[in-house]
Amino acid sequence: MSDRTYRYVGTRPVRHDGLDKVTGRAAYGADFSLPGMLHGVVLRSPHAHARIVSIDTTAAEAMPGVKAVIAGRDIPPNSAKLMLGGEAAIDLHDMGDNLLAHDKVLYHGHAVAAVAATSVDIAREAASRIKVVYEKLKPVCSIDQATSPGAPILHANLVMQGRPKSEAKGPTNIAGRMELGRGDVDKGFADADVIVEREFRTATVHQGYIEPHACVARWGQDGRAVVWCSTQGPFVVRDASAAILGMDAANVKVIASEIGGGFGGKIVVYLEPLAILLSRKANRPVKMVMTRDEVFRASGPTSATKVKMKLGARRDGTLVAASASLWYEAGAYPGSPSGAGAMCCLAPYKIPNFFIEAYDVVVNKPKVAAYRAPGSPMAMFATESLLDELARELGMNPIDLRLKNAVVEGDLAPYGPAYGPIGLKQVLEAARNHPHWRAPLEPSQGRGIACGFWFNAGMNSSATITLSSDGSAAVITGNPDIGGTRVAQALMVAEELGIPVERVRPSVADTDSAGYTDVTGGSRVCYATGMAVISAAHDVRDQLRARAAKIWNVDLESVGWDAAGCAVGLNGVGNFPPLTVTELAAQMANTGGPIVGRASVSAPMAGPAFAAHICDLEVDKETGRSRVVRYTTIQDAGKAVHPSFVEGQMQGGASQGIGWALNEEYVFDEDGVMENPGFLDYRMPVASDLPMIDTVIVEVPNPLHPYGVRGVGEVPIVPPLATIANAMRDATGVRFTELPLSPPRVLRGLAARS
Amino acid sequence: MAKVRVETTVNGEPAEFLCEPHESLLAALRDALGLTGTKEGCTTGDCGACSVILNGRLVPSCLVLAPEVQGQTITTIEGIADGERLHPVQQKFLEHAALQCGVCTPGFIVAAKVLLDANPSPTEEETRYWLAGNLCRCTGYDKIIRAVLDAAAQMREASAQTREASAQMTEVSV
Repeated sequence: MSDRTYRYVGTRPVRHDGLDKVTGRAAYGADFSLPGMLHGVVLRSPHAHARIVSIDTTAAEAMPGVKAVIAGRDIPPNSAKLMLGGEAAIDLHDMGDNLLAHDKVLYHGHAVAAVAATSVDIAREAASRIKVVYEKLKPVCSIDQATSPGAPILHANLVMQGRPKSEAKGPTNIAGRMELGRGDVDKGFADADVIVEREFRTATVHQGYIEPHACVARWGQDGRAVVWCSTQGPFVVRDASAAILGMDAANVKVIASEIGGGFGGKIVVYLEPLAILLSRKANRPVKMVMTRDEVFRASGPTSATKVKMKLGARRDGTLVAASASLWYEAGAYPGSPSGAGAMCCLAPYKIPNFFIEAYDVVVNKPKVAAYRAPGSPMAMFATESLLDELARELGMNPIDLRLKNAVVEGDLAPYGPAYGPIGLKQVLEAARNHPHWRAPLEPSQGRGIACGFWFNAGMNSSATITLSSDGSAAVITGNPDIGGTRVAQALMVAEELGIPVERVRPSVADTDSAGYTDVTGGSRVCYATGMAVISAAHDVRDQLRARAAKIWNVDLESVGWDAAGCAVGLNGVGNFPPLTVTELAAQMANTGGPIVGRASVSAPMAGPAFAAHICDLEVDKETGRSRVVRYTTIQDAGKAVHPSFVEGQMQGGASQGIGWALNEEYVFDEDGVMENPGFLDYRMPVASDLPMIDTVIVEVPNPLHPYGVRGVGEVPIVPPLATIANAMRDATGVRFTELPLSPPRVLRGLAARS
Repeated sequence: MAKVRVETTVNGEPAEFLCEPHESLLAALRDALGLTGTKEGCTTGDCGACSVILNGRLVPSCLVLAPEVQGQTITTIEGIADGERLHPVQQKFLEHAALQCGVCTPGFIVAAKVLLDANPSPTEEETRYWLAGNLCRCTGYDKIIRAVLDAAAQMREASAQTREASAQMTEVSV
């Protein structure tokens, strides 16, 4: 694998979909329309927690131009069936109730009814005429509120899942608990020379994709529905919509548009089943597009968290014990990524004795969705902040401390299996050798470093390659391309078949045209779908070899394939000049007909990803405002297929993490109403907030993939939270344990110290 | 309420459309004129995805009322390329891989064109502040800034060559 030299893999061609995207031709979710199309609008709850007493839609239905009105009663009650939805199991009952509330509304913005009308204006006016009578209930807006004695209960029938088995102690907001452990924690801490312990908190934050959720659905009298939408998982939209509406999945066809960012937030369905229902009722196509306000209030952000953690080390820096208690908000329905947080938080380090418990807590906020390495950033914020403290107490260089404890191949991951080849040490050594680590700092500046871990995912993928008679090829997969996966797939086809990359045409097909493929998520597309593409290319190659054998009138075994992409004679079968793909393709019709290669994979877990980030932060102690003045990301990519888009993932993930650390947070009032549901007040980084973001790609091949590819998309959002907090500590002398480090919080922290 | 009839110039061509009095230019461009390259990200002027050029000025089209563009001149992303030739900013976005999901890209390209029309030699800091009204969630801006600065350099070189050529022409004619 590492000996292989590549012609195309590792180069940086222009992406095939680039032209459409720089000229405005690329069609995203809201860009699609159909003749006779209606516009759907959702009526949302004005309360964070209330019982629905009655819904009267008659005034809305009577309005001219209104063609359909639906409410919770139109979504069939679903037993709590689970289906696999990519990064997390999907509870169909909860998802149905989230789509349109049945008995209770559980967060401000919870969908209550929907209207389809001939214009958006009419639909909005009609929605405002729906009379909903609510019985207001007291909301719980935080983990502390939700778990305090006598707290209002969201779900009367909720039983805690996990260990220990819940005793019948009455209703609870704690939906789940899991634990992980190894060794003897008490003895471990007793053996420690230094112990650090803190409680950390992070706020609810949103993926912040620029394109709001959007779809068009068309129901037909044959009982089939076609959905055009922006999604990370067209097959998830198909399967979830069908299951929720009691349809056969084969009767739903999903056509994914270009997608304007997802980061995990465009896996769950919010609009599609409603649009199908409205279209069925109105017998016309229905388009639904969320406003930005709706995206913030009613799609899935990620959990606010409380993490209490304790680390113990010997004087020489050897970690001997760790304990952690993770509390993650799930939002209105169970299902936070606290379990993933528990599995990630100690994953980079060898710690003989540890115990981690992780709680899943429901609160009156929108149900959380996946967000880039779901669950890992908040837990590793605690770990990496504490390691920084430990390094200070021990008088050790923070990179040396991490290197001393870093996991290597053969070490057991805290969640069970032994690691294969991994690149944490190489990443840390690259950080230590980077000029950034030794560059001088101004007096008002501080420097931080932190690491990150993410599992990466494998899962199911399919690919088809069709050869054209001119020797070019089309490659078809079912993964919407968010960050350049099409060009990566084209590079793989080019590499395997020797076809120039610009003569490979990659495309994303609908659910009736592509083989089943799991979501674009889990950093899995270049890895798992990539393997399907490589296998499909091998299928084409073997068919081409068979054609060459036919032309030469020799056995298939006598025809090889050279590095340049030509069929060549083996074993001295004769002095045949090599046949190129173009030559063989030109003769397809006469040698057996069209050539189509296909493959599918069910990929095992991927190669884990490790990253380290270094940040220089400048802090204005008068105002509490801080500015990132230099930032370096180092990451093991396994093998970078298109290095520019690997760098792009590293830079983009870092930027999101910087926003999480410095400014982003949902601000709720005491009634559970989000007060900042717009980009002005939910402050994501803009160009003037950031410097160039330097990237170092480390390549420790992943043996599970023919080129050594690991996923790259998610892990870069993990290190920034602690990297920034550690830089803040270095600049100010204050250890901040709660994010974001917005100017008011920093000022308060500085004032408390002095 | 009666719709308003608006006559305007879009991407160099006369265009007319009917709109509601309260409709935004963004909605009119996308829905009435079918120019969906201009994207909606927020409708509050905070994300820049709907950036267009109105009489030479960069504006978020979501904050312009459609009836206000009567008799005005508008350039959208669909009008940035010169026929078959991409604008240097478009070309550099491709070469630098300055886009991932691409939904913010039209707004960035329109905004960058206006910057370079006014300031052929922006510094990195000037470029960052000019583009601070455009949100990108995928790239961390690094490759976008590099693409714009590279486009500026290429445009300066091209115009220097043009000046040189025309100076030589002048000498010849003298």
